[in-house]
Amino acid sequence: MTYFPEEVVEHIFSFLPSHSDRNTVSLVCKVWYEVERLSRRSVFVGNCYAIRPERAVLRFPNVRALTVKGKPHFADFNLVPPDWGGYAGPWIEAAARSCAGLEELRMKRMVVSDENLELLARSFPRFKALVLISCEGFSTDGLAAIASHCKLLRELDLQENDVDDRGPRWLSFFPDSCTSLVSLNFACIKGEVNSGALERLVARSPNLRSLRLNRSVSVDTLTKILARTPNLEDLGTGNLTDEFQHESYAKLASVLDKCKMLKSLSGFWDASPSCVPFIYPLCHQLTGLNLSYAPTLDYSDLTKMVSRCVKLQRLWVLDCISDKGLQVVATSCKDLQELRVFPSDFYVAGYSAVTEEGLVAISSGCRKLSSLLYFCHQMTNDALNTVAENCPNFIRFRLCILEPKKPDAMTGQPLDEGFGAIVRKCKGLRRLSMSGLLTDKVFMYIGEYAKQLEMLSIAFAGDSDKGMMHVMNGCKHLRKLEIRDSPFGDGALLGNVAKYETMRSLWMSSCNVTFKGCQVLASMMPMLNVEIMNELVGSSEMEENHGDHSKVDKLYVYRTTAGARDDAPNFVKIL
Amino acid sequence: MSTATANSAASPAVSGLDYDDTALTLALPGSSSAADRNKRAADHDDKPPSPKARAVGWPPVRTYRRNALRDDEAKLVKVAVDGAPYLRKVDLAAHDGYAALLRALHAMFASCLHADGAARKLVDAATGAEYVPTYEDKDGDWMLVGDVPFKMFVDSCKRIRLMKSSEAVNLSPRTSLR
Repeated sequence: MTYFPEEVVEHIFSFLPSHSDRNTVSLVCKVWYEVERLSRRSVFVGNCYAIRPERAVLRFPNVRALTVKGKPHFADFNLVPPDWGGYAGPWIEAAARSCAGLEELRMKRMVVSDENLELLARSFPRFKALVLISCEGFSTDGLAAIASHCKLLRELDLQENDVDDRGPRWLSFFPDSCTSLVSLNFACIKGEVNSGALERLVARSPNLRSLRLNRSVSVDTLTKILARTPNLEDLGTGNLTDEFQHESYAKLASVLDKCKMLKSLSGFWDASPSCVPFIYPLCHQLTGLNLSYAPTLDYSDLTKMVSRCVKLQRLWVLDCISDKGLQVVATSCKDLQELRVFPSDFYVAGYSAVTEEGLVAISSGCRKLSSLLYFCHQMTNDALNTVAENCPNFIRFRLCILEPKKPDAMTGQPLDEGFGAIVRKCKGLRRLSMSGLLTDKVFMYIGEYAKQLEMLSIAFAGDSDKGMMHVMNGCKHLRKLEIRDSPFGDGALLGNVAKYETMRSLWMSSCNVTFKGCQVLASMMPMLNVEIMNELVGSSEMEENHGDHSKVDKLYVYRTTAGARDDAPNFVKIL
Repeated sequence: MSTATANSAASPAVSGLDYDDTALTLALPGSSSAADRNKRAADHDDKPPSPKARAVGWPPVRTYRRNALRDDEAKLVKVAVDGAPYLRKVDLAAHDGYAALLRALHAMFASCLHADGAARKLVDAATGAEYVPTYEDKDGDWMLVGDVPFKMFVDSCKRIRLMKSSEAVNLSPRTSLR
């Protein structure tokens, strides 16, 4: 291979599908390293603190698509204090200096400011796609900058971000010359948008395939927009409330009828049950349906819709669908691959209309099911066993029983056997999230059978360090381990320290690890950052009283080539 | 739910706690809270759990989703306490008045402060120092909480700081907390 001209080697590399393959070939020799790095077009950084931004962009100066992820996953549930970190600024600044050809930026759980967006908009003349997921720190002013300056913008996809709303004008900043939009998602913008500007923008975007509106967009505006976009494939509606005349709905139904390419539907903000029949003509062609923001639709509305969705592959729904409704899904949606059932009520302890029966029904009817997120009231080992038998193709299995430590609803036993069946039968399982009453035994099963497992989430589970050790020793492909409120301590933390080098990160909160244990870990493994966050005002008193044996509230450990980060707030101690 | 509350005894939920169970009778910091933390591994809670009490971040649902399914808009602001290592967030829209808000603030920082019920102040049990709730308004000025009608306060408050009362003398005078 070394005798081939570099262009040939580069061409061969272009067939390598994954980042890890490209990473591997770059290790072969210096020539290949150089060829690979200069021809790399897509860079994925799973932890923004694993490498210095400057180093990443200098190695891959010709990168076109950059993806960076920031805060740990449990930040989604308020377990990471505000101001922890994950700043986009250094990445955008480094790219602005070294990668003028950047076209796409994807960021997840990062803090992005308006200044960062302004810099982004001005620094990359060929910029085409911005995707921000669960980010915060910016406002609609930053979006205005993107709209104004990114002349070739194809994709602006804002998913579940916390955006400061400074008014509707941002949408008007797309110049008349901007006709390149393919995908626009502003569902998470809280305030109103100028409907005239929106309609004009859509009218001059012939390539628009995906459009997700926000809550403020009315049925009338939606109708006008859809009249212009018969080729739309993915639609997130605005609000579908009850305040409209029958005529409005009739007009909507007639434009929807023309959208023959429409495969994916979401939104349904404040959806009134009377809007549901107008969706029926679309149902047979849908492969994706997200009704999880429509608490106003009950079991009957949902099942009438879902029973018509014979091609459905992805369904997100609230638990008001109930077990009976899931039975309907099971009989109607034979192609279902992904199901998410969310709780509609977080404040009433443990109640949900959905139990193990719904899940068993689904598993029995939807044999292609590979991805599950299921919030429910109760579960049994028997049910989990049946599910595992019926659906051995699970890749992602996340089960959340609302009441922590709840045992098998029939037998009162822990749910070890049930989850054991899942990991035993589903040989391709990559992600697992467990709940209910669980002892060390379930971890023994996981360590023994879950050979492809990459991410494991544990809450209120286990009896002793042995539990965590089973996982650390058994799961060869483990990348992310996140644990809360479980009795694992220093013995588990230090039981297999070399493992952390093969993982992206470990999170432990409200467990039994001590300050001393963390210090030992840090001293044994200099290539890890060991971040400690303690809560109490008197935490220095705690250390005086109990010394190094004081328990650590929150621990975040990750491998890094960058050393201790310099942007850590005062409550984060990096050992 | 019982062991959930035992395990999080040192980390009270941000909101949703049944205040009748927790306000004003919380143990003072430095005594049982330390013992609680050490017993956490071995112990199970003895008393029956409050039905509304739950652990922080449970069930694991994204904040975005929680806010989207609410009837009203959440108004989240950061809360800092002088001397506490990090911030919390409180939802101003979730409380119907100053009294409810102060109870929530107390619950958040209960491990280091306790409420003086009569005077509606927050007191550091160890030093006896009083904390006064203050906030930064839309104009960037720091004001004492309680001066303006509650709804006006919710509108203009950008963030909250529980300031030691010795430092609060420079702020605008007030008659009493409403």
